[in-house]
Amino acid sequence: MNSRKQTLEAVALVVLFGGIMILTFAGFAMRDWMPPAASRHAEGMDGMIRYLLWTTGAVFVIGHGVLIRFIWKFGRGGEAESPVTSARAERLWSIAPVVAMALISEVGVLVIGLPVWDEVYGEVPEDALIVDVAARQFEWIVRYPGPDGAFGRTDPAQINGQTNPTGLDASDASGADDIVERNVIRLPVDRPAYLRLRSHDVLHSFSVAAFRVKQDIIPGLIGSTQFVPIEVGTYEIGCAELCGLAHYRMRGTVIVMSQQEFDAWLREQSGGAA
Amino acid sequence: MSGLASPGAVPLESFSPSTGGRSLSSNGGPHGDVRPGPYPMGLMAILATVAMLFAAFTAALLVRRTGADWTPVELPVIVWINAVVIVASSVLVEFSKRALRDGDGAHAPVWLTMGSVFGVFFLVGQLVAWRALIAQGVLLPTSPHAAFFYMLSAVHGAHVLGGLGALTWTLNRAFKGAYTASSHAGLDHAAIYWHFVGTVWIYLLILLSVV
Amino acid sequence: MSAHAPLPFWRRYIFSTDHKVIGLQYIFTAAAMAVVAVTLSVLIRFQMTWPGTQYPIMGTLLPNAYEGGVLKPESYLSLVTMHGTIMVFFVISIGLVSGMGNFIIPLQVGARDMAYPFLNMLSYWTIVPACLIMIGSFLVEGGAAAGGWTSYPPLSALPEALPGSGMGQTLWLLGMALFIVSFTMGSLNFLVTILNLRTKGMSMMRMPLTIWTFLISSILGILAFPPLTAAAIMLLLDRHGGTSFFLPSGLVVGGNVLAYEGGTPLLFQHLFWFLGHPEVYVLLLPALGIAFDVVATFGRRPVFGYRTTVWSLLIVAVLSMIVWGHHMFTSGMNPYVGEYFSVMTVMITLPFTVIGLNLIASLWRAELRLTTAMLFALGIISAVGTGGLGGLYLGTAASDIYFHDSVFVVGHFHFMIGVVTSFGIFAGLYYWFPKMFGRHMNETLGKAHFWMTTAPVFYAFIMMHYIGLAGALRRVYDPSVYEYIRPFLQMNVWITYALFIAVAAQMVFFVNLVYSAFRGQRASENPWEGATLEWTTASPAPHLNWDEPPTAYHGPYEYRTNAAATGYTPQHVPGESPSGGPPERGSGPPPDVPADPPSEPSMAGDPS
Repeated sequence: MNSRKQTLEAVALVVLFGGIMILTFAGFAMRDWMPPAASRHAEGMDGMIRYLLWTTGAVFVIGHGVLIRFIWKFGRGGEAESPVTSARAERLWSIAPVVAMALISEVGVLVIGLPVWDEVYGEVPEDALIVDVAARQFEWIVRYPGPDGAFGRTDPAQINGQTNPTGLDASDASGADDIVERNVIRLPVDRPAYLRLRSHDVLHSFSVAAFRVKQDIIPGLIGSTQFVPIEVGTYEIGCAELCGLAHYRMRGTVIVMSQQEFDAWLREQSGGAA
Repeated sequence: MSGLASPGAVPLESFSPSTGGRSLSSNGGPHGDVRPGPYPMGLMAILATVAMLFAAFTAALLVRRTGADWTPVELPVIVWINAVVIVASSVLVEFSKRALRDGDGAHAPVWLTMGSVFGVFFLVGQLVAWRALIAQGVLLPTSPHAAFFYMLSAVHGAHVLGGLGALTWTLNRAFKGAYTASSHAGLDHAAIYWHFVGTVWIYLLILLSVV
Repeated sequence: MSAHAPLPFWRRYIFSTDHKVIGLQYIFTAAAMAVVAVTLSVLIRFQMTWPGTQYPIMGTLLPNAYEGGVLKPESYLSLVTMHGTIMVFFVISIGLVSGMGNFIIPLQVGARDMAYPFLNMLSYWTIVPACLIMIGSFLVEGGAAAGGWTSYPPLSALPEALPGSGMGQTLWLLGMALFIVSFTMGSLNFLVTILNLRTKGMSMMRMPLTIWTFLISSILGILAFPPLTAAAIMLLLDRHGGTSFFLPSGLVVGGNVLAYEGGTPLLFQHLFWFLGHPEVYVLLLPALGIAFDVVATFGRRPVFGYRTTVWSLLIVAVLSMIVWGHHMFTSGMNPYVGEYFSVMTVMITLPFTVIGLNLIASLWRAELRLTTAMLFALGIISAVGTGGLGGLYLGTAASDIYFHDSVFVVGHFHFMIGVVTSFGIFAGLYYWFPKMFGRHMNETLGKAHFWMTTAPVFYAFIMMHYIGLAGALRRVYDPSVYEYIRPFLQMNVWITYALFIAVAAQMVFFVNLVYSAFRGQRASENPWEGATLEWTTASPAPHLNWDEPPTAYHGPYEYRTNAAATGYTPQHVPGESPSGGPPERGSGPPPDVPADPPSEPSMAGDPS
């Protein structure tokens, strides 16, 4: 072996894999990556992600540490030792890592992840504010039931991009007082929001990073998503499922306000009645 | 002789002149190879992949039929006659194999010809079924049930066509006297495939009409 | 070597039935398609890093895609779609699986050619029109398919909804159909060759791990592709036959109510991912198999845990068929079903833990020879660990809600089916190049290639995980539309620079490839002192490989297993199995008879 050259290369490899290790780990620690959590279940989801960051981070560091150690120890030439291992030893050596990974992964899914999953897809709280959100290329049509508390029927044939974007059926009286908005969802803080999700044309996905919410919208099916906003403010809605050429511009806003402000806004929309 | 295939399998060289008459591997031979030859193995893989195809269509049908617009279409009677025809065709192919096994080399190709002709009858019958549906005004977009019928019979028909190709090929060899009582693996393989596509049609028919 | 007269040129190099020629044909086709796909990715990076910039040159070259020198959003989606499609199906699938597999399978199992050489030729010549159709689809009206490589309907079914869903999508489906036909024929050939044409003594448990991975890959290919065929047929009928398998009622596109009724787009997603997920392993496993072979040869030691690796591979294969739903956690599927898919998905971690552990442990007490092939194999170990751990974030249903369709996913799968698989091709090429051309690849250029590739791609794809963690969504023409992402966009610039270095590295690779094929240093029959059967024939391997294939007497990795812990015992050398397995002679019982205990490639037989 050309041991000098090989040693140099072993050093370079150690630097490479060490660098990957440091880059990965330092990167996560360096900066607050995720947008501040603004919904009740976001804390649980962040906990889930933090759990994975720590556990997989540890496995990552151990794995790369061993890799670096072996390259350093056996990569520079040296006395040969018998590498033969018994089948039994090989089986035994795989037990500990497998058990560890089984614990890490299934505990993550079942113990930490399941309650979050349950919160996202569980029962709808009774006091939830129901909002109908219809996605179409390339906007979000938001509808509140109005003072009568009932959504009007919709009819695809009556959709008009300018005057009736959600296709309210003129023959249904309960739709007359529905409040229709484009691309802005107003929600009261600390009250569960239940969004009824529909699509007029292709797949879309309702996504608000700050709420840790993402829900595909399948045309032909009425989907839903629920969350409790806990922070007054303005948040961006993104479309996460490719929906056409202006997919990137299919952006909306969620405005979370106090209950009083929200009530005032509702009254204003219904022409001061109620 | 070539030692790589199960006894009587089509010698590989007939596909691949470039191997210069040598077998492609050294296994088997004097030491007695117990593996199935490459042709049964390849056949099994083909059956597996075709089975997966129709399994996927089955899953699609079971999902799709829960749709609100699922209205069954009355299938023309001829599809049942076709089912009988394809079963009869399989039986005739079996007769051909039996004739070979019994040393009746002269009659085997005759049975095989009749089996193949019944296979053609089947395809013609399927076309008649299509025409009957079209005459009723049932077209591809008419209803999802009709769409599944047209699509599945077409995809199945393509596989039957492949089977007919295999039968024709074995027929050609049978007339040349390539098969003997102890050596007729090529015919066996074509027959297995033929029974398989026949069974698939019976299955599809049950799926389309009963379920 | 072979006794018969040489074949004419067109039979030898164009319509050849020789598995090695076909393998190289696949590899060069994949290389040509890679040039296309990498070019697309460069255009994608330019747009997403400096959105809306005017490139007058591009406006002149491609006036349809660059209006006034600015890339159109619909063309951006075509770029993304075709980059994914070409890379997955026409570079990695045919380069790594069809190409490398064709070249190495008969050589390593000791067969003179594939089981069905004519079918093999046919499957190659089916892929050629598929490639031409895919490239040609850029030229048709509306541009190439733009509905994403997943082609989810309704978007991919409605030309009204997206220009690329017109002729471009039809050609996409046609190209995919040809690809599936070709790949299924190829898988069939692999499966039968591996199971049936193994040479004397080559029992299943003596096969090199590369062969095991190709075997599992071909089984998965045979079982997983038909559902995609079914989905493609139904999508085609929805597009052109007026059916509504995937299209529901009440669709309103461009102000018109469409006549479809009752279908569900979710059905397509299920059929697509029933293929899509196993396809990942179809691609990934052979790269790992090659890594095992390369690590053993250049580590001069037996693979650690050959048997546990084989079992893990089998478990991966089974699990891969029942976890497709993890691509659809947020599709609104039943939450209980979602949890099932999540539990099963993260279970795949376990066999992969064993595989990864065995790869790393195969370096223990090794005598590392840091050739270029070995460097790429080490890169595979790191990349499969990095990408695999990232998979846990996506396989866990709860956290996938946040990461779904984000740039995190892009970073993750670029590690798994980008870095790992292409490193598999590179490791394989540097390793088997002597067997292909009778010459060595230039090691200096090779190492430049490794270093210029590895550092940038790891940097770029790890950074993509970060941007995804910040919530950036994928397939976005202009990421600066979202305010909360803007603070992170500077990272895109660095990623782009890094990837440009990696692209430049591939030019070094191409130069090396062409130069070494003609001018490289001549290679001996067994230049790496490898123990597997491909090293028993001449370099380059002659037509039909051997006049009489060698017999395998023991496992594939008998490196330094004797008492002195030096040297190695090639598989074809008879005698006591150095690692303690029972000797098996040509006259012994045939392999695969149950009574014949498979020999242990690295068993306990402590010699001293």
